[in-house]
Order: sequence, then C-alpha cells, then structure tokens
Amino acid sequence: MMSDSGKTDTFAPANRRYQFFSQFQLQSMVLPGLAFLAIFSYVPMWGILMSFQNYKIAKGFWGSEWVWFENFRQFFASPDFGVIMTNTLAISAFRLLICFPAPILLALMFNEVRHVGLKRSIQTITYLPYFVSWVVVAGMVFSLFSGQDGAINALLMWAGIIKTPINFLNDGKNFWPILIGANLWKDIGFSAIIYIAAITGINPEYYEAAEIDGAGKLAKIIYITLPSIAPQIFVLLILAISGILNAGFEDIYLLTSNLKNGIMLPYAQVLDTHVFTMGIQSMRYSYATAVGLFKSVISVVLLVLANQASRKVTGSSLW
Amino acid sequence: MLSKGEKIANGFIVFFLLLLCFSMLYPFWNCVVIAFNEGLDTVLGGITFWPRKFTLENMKFVLQDPRILHAFGITVARTVAGTFLSIVVTSVMAFGLSRPELKYRNKYMTLALITMYFSGGMIPTYILIRDLGLRDTFWVYIIPGALNVWNMIIFRSFFSGIPKELVEAAMIDGANWYDIFLRIIVPVSLPVFATLALFTAVGQWNSWFDATLYVSNPNLMPIQNILNTILNSSTMREMMSKLPGSAANAMKSSQVTSRSISLATMLVATVPVLAIYPFVQRYFVSGVMLGSLKE
Repeated sequence: MMSDSGKTDTFAPANRRYQFFSQFQLQSMVLPGLAFLAIFSYVPMWGILMSFQNYKIAKGFWGSEWVWFENFRQFFASPDFGVIMTNTLAISAFRLLICFPAPILLALMFNEVRHVGLKRSIQTITYLPYFVSWVVVAGMVFSLFSGQDGAINALLMWAGIIKTPINFLNDGKNFWPILIGANLWKDIGFSAIIYIAAITGINPEYYEAAEIDGAGKLAKIIYITLPSIAPQIFVLLILAISGILNAGFEDIYLLTSNLKNGIMLPYAQVLDTHVFTMGIQSMRYSYATAVGLFKSVISVVLLVLANQASRKVTGSSLW
Repeated sequence: MLSKGEKIANGFIVFFLLLLCFSMLYPFWNCVVIAFNEGLDTVLGGITFWPRKFTLENMKFVLQDPRILHAFGITVARTVAGTFLSIVVTSVMAFGLSRPELKYRNKYMTLALITMYFSGGMIPTYILIRDLGLRDTFWVYIIPGALNVWNMIIFRSFFSGIPKELVEAAMIDGANWYDIFLRIIVPVSLPVFATLALFTAVGQWNSWFDATLYVSNPNLMPIQNILNTILNSSTMREMMSKLPGSAANAMKSSQVTSRSISLATMLVATVPVLAIYPFVQRYFVSGVMLGSLKE
C-alpha cells in the first residue's frame, strides 16, 4: 500500500530473533488458557472412558476392570429408567412449550409500549430475578407457597378464591408447575433481551410501508416483526432442542430440598439428578458416568439433526 | 392513528406488563417483610405487604452469627479472587488468539470451541478435582473455572475490532506484546472488561454447587451453602439455641424462628447483588448484545 516499501515491514521486521521473541510472547499469552482447557476440559472428556469400566478408586483408571456396556445395560434395565425418562422428557417438553416462547411473547408486548420511562422500568424489573441465586429462589418458593403461613395462601384467602390454606408443597403433582414457574420467573426477562435487541434493529420503514398498505398491529407483528427475529428464534430453538435431556439440575436439586423431599422426588428424578445420586452419593462412578454419557450422546445427535433441519427449512443454523 | 381495538389492546398489554412487574418484585418484598417481622407472629400466617410486628431481631441475629459472617467473607473472597483470575486468564488468551501472527491460531480456537459443546460431565470432573487434591481447598472455587470460553470469544471478537493502526503504531515504537496488551488494548476495552467482570462476579457470588460437590469443611462454605443448610434444616432451633449471647436471648424471647432467620439470610445473600444492579444494568445488557453478535 505504502509507496516507500522499505518502511512497510517496520511492524513485522525480517529480523529472525525479533520474530522468534514476538511469537514466543504471543504463545506465552495463550499458554495458561490452553493449560486450563487441557486439564479441566479435556482430561474429564478422556475420563468418560470410565463409563465402560468398573472404576474403583483404589485401582485407579489404569487398574480398573473393563466391563464395556454393562453399566449402560444396568441403567436401561433398572426400574428407575422409566420414571427418570418420563420426568426428564415431560419437564423438558414443558420448558420447550412454555419457557421457550414466553420471552418472545414478552419482547413482542414490550415493543408495543411507547412510553420510554415505563419501558425502561419494566425492563429493569424483569431482568432482576436473573441475578438472584437458585438457592435464594428456592427459599422464596418455600416461603411464598408455604401451606401454613405463606403469602400466596394469605392473598388467595383475602381475595376469597379459597377458604382454607392449600399445602402446595405437600403434593408431588405440584412439582412441575412450581419448577416451570420458578424458571419462568427467573429467566423470562433476561431471555427476552436478545429478541428485544433484534426487534429494535428492524428498519422502521418496513412498518411505515405496511401502514400505508393498511396493515393493523397484528398484521405488522406477523409479517414484519416475527420474520425479522426468526434467525434468533431458530438458533435458540436448535439449542433448546439439543438440550431436551437437560431437564435442569440446580433448580430441581434445590426445590426438592437437596433431593430429600420424598413427596416431590417421584416427579423430580431426572437424568442429571440420577447422575448425582448414583455418582456422588452412592459412589457408583462408572455407572453414573455412563448415564451422563447416554445423555450427552443423545444431545449431540439432536443438536446435529436440529441444525441440519433448520438449515434446510429456514436457512438459519449454528454452523 | 390508533383504532379503538388497538387502544384496548395497548391498554391490556401495559396492564399485563405491570402485573408481570408486580410478580417479579413481590417475592423480594415479601422476603423483606418477613425478615423484619417477629418470628412467632409470622408463623400465624397472613404476612403479605407489611410487617405486623416489626422487629430488628432477625437481622441482628443473622448479622451477629459468626458462621454466617464467615461464610459471607468466603463468598466475598471467592468473588474477588475468582473474577480477577478468570478475567486475566481469559482476556490474555483472547488477545493472543485475536492476533493473526499467532502460529496454530485456528487449531487453538477449535480446541476451545469444542469444549462449548462437549464436556466430561459431573463424575469425571469430580474424580479429576479429587485426584488434583483440590477438594476441601479454597482453590476449587476459582481455579477450575478460570478460563471461560464464552467470555474468551466475546473478548476476542472485541479485540479483533480494535483499529489495527493503534497496534501498528505501538509496534513501530518497539513495544512488545505484553506492553501492547496492557497499555493499548486494555484501556480501549474497559467497557467489555467491566461487563464480563460483572457477569463473572455475579456467577461467583451465586454459585454453591461446587462447594456442595467438593467441599465438606464448614469453614470454607460460601453464604449460599449456609443459606441452603438453614433452609433445609429442621433442627435449626436446636442448632441456634447453642449459640451464645444475644442470639440465645433472642431465641428465649422466641421472636426468632428458623423461618424468619432463613428469610433474613436470603436478604443478606442477595442485597449485594441487588445493590449494584441498577448501576451496572446497562453493562449487563450490552454484555448480552456482545454475546448475541457471535450467535
């Protein structure tokens, strides 16, 4: 580009020693990060192999006996398998049907608010729960829904909807609604940000043109807003579908009083909690790793399939 | 011009959003109200919008309990140390990976990206932590998560967007890569540093599962874990009655119950995040935007 070519390489000197040191410095900057990756991400991946073993702490990885698919066979044959898969798929289905579209709906409604101050206040308030820990959220649920002295019962009785307090937390059938409700409460505002941003980026001329053509509010949402945010929706949908066996862990663990609430547990046992109970509590390391691997394999397959399908049908994909 | 139907729809939307805001705020408010109401009175039920018998005893109890204060200190320490280490390791690596001169750049990048989709899972990680001797140490809170690949990608795309003339000018002056990172890249990237540090800090403040998995020493427990113990302990009363001083007195006068203590502890564990929240909200939002650029 520059006319006096003698000076162009000043910042990439031909000097070998300089280049070596320059490269050495750059490599030394990525090295710590790579070391963390290697130890804390890649070593455990390699550790997945123990799902084909009967791993014993005393014998270590190299000394443990190889049993190949015995752990998987045991899991599929165990009486827990049916319950766990039912709960996992049911909770995930509710997440997909309720927690996935809700932020889109919120973003669409939010877009209809014209008053700037009101808009900002609503946004600030709806993000808030995202930054609260699950431990605190579980504590709030226990407190609000308490049958004896919870505020929900007090409010319902005050409004005349019920006559005697309901013991919400004493009925297993309430677990799914409580779990989904808590997730919705915590994440809806934050998940909506990405859609709100996409909607803000839509060229207002589209709406003006549509208005000239006589389009109403609903028509504008269906023909302009939704198609404009479709790429974001599809990318997040792909991720949601691949995570269908991720029924959640932190929330379920805490809302069942650290997996000790016997009333809720029949509805709360999912793949991830099974990994925890079997691996950490019963110390059946190989078996628990096999359950985890089963979950990961299905997730990866679903990710690839959903990505493929989305690319064909909609043109949006992760890769 | 809005038609009549659209006006009604608008009114309905605003009403619904206000209702939503109420449902977002009410659990916090109810928590505050109960934390400042006499324990034995709360058990009678009906505490909704305002304390019936106002008291400071619950808060006094929590703020004087040495275990809760110690756990609070552990949480502060892990938040400060964990955020600092993570931001340093992550941003320095991101800078290296943002430079086209770096040999094997694409290979390193692929190695990092793979870990976003695949992981060893809970048990192999647990075995690794145990074998490394990190169990029951403070280090387990800050070392395993030191490199955050997601943040690294955000840092990297931000660094790549910095005008290259800035870097070239410094190289002509003979600056080395460390100088360039510290004196040029960091100062122009402060917003992204602030954003990601805040996200990391909130994550550290709220995390509890690492302690559940790896730590059994009660002296190392963060506030979230102590809160979890209080929430789930039926023997709270006995536990508390062994405490000396004003706490025991409060128990004797029966103004404090395990329920009111748990709510007061929830406040103590949440208030620091809520207190900085309004000031940093714009950073949080811009952080999500940065993330969405890469999707």
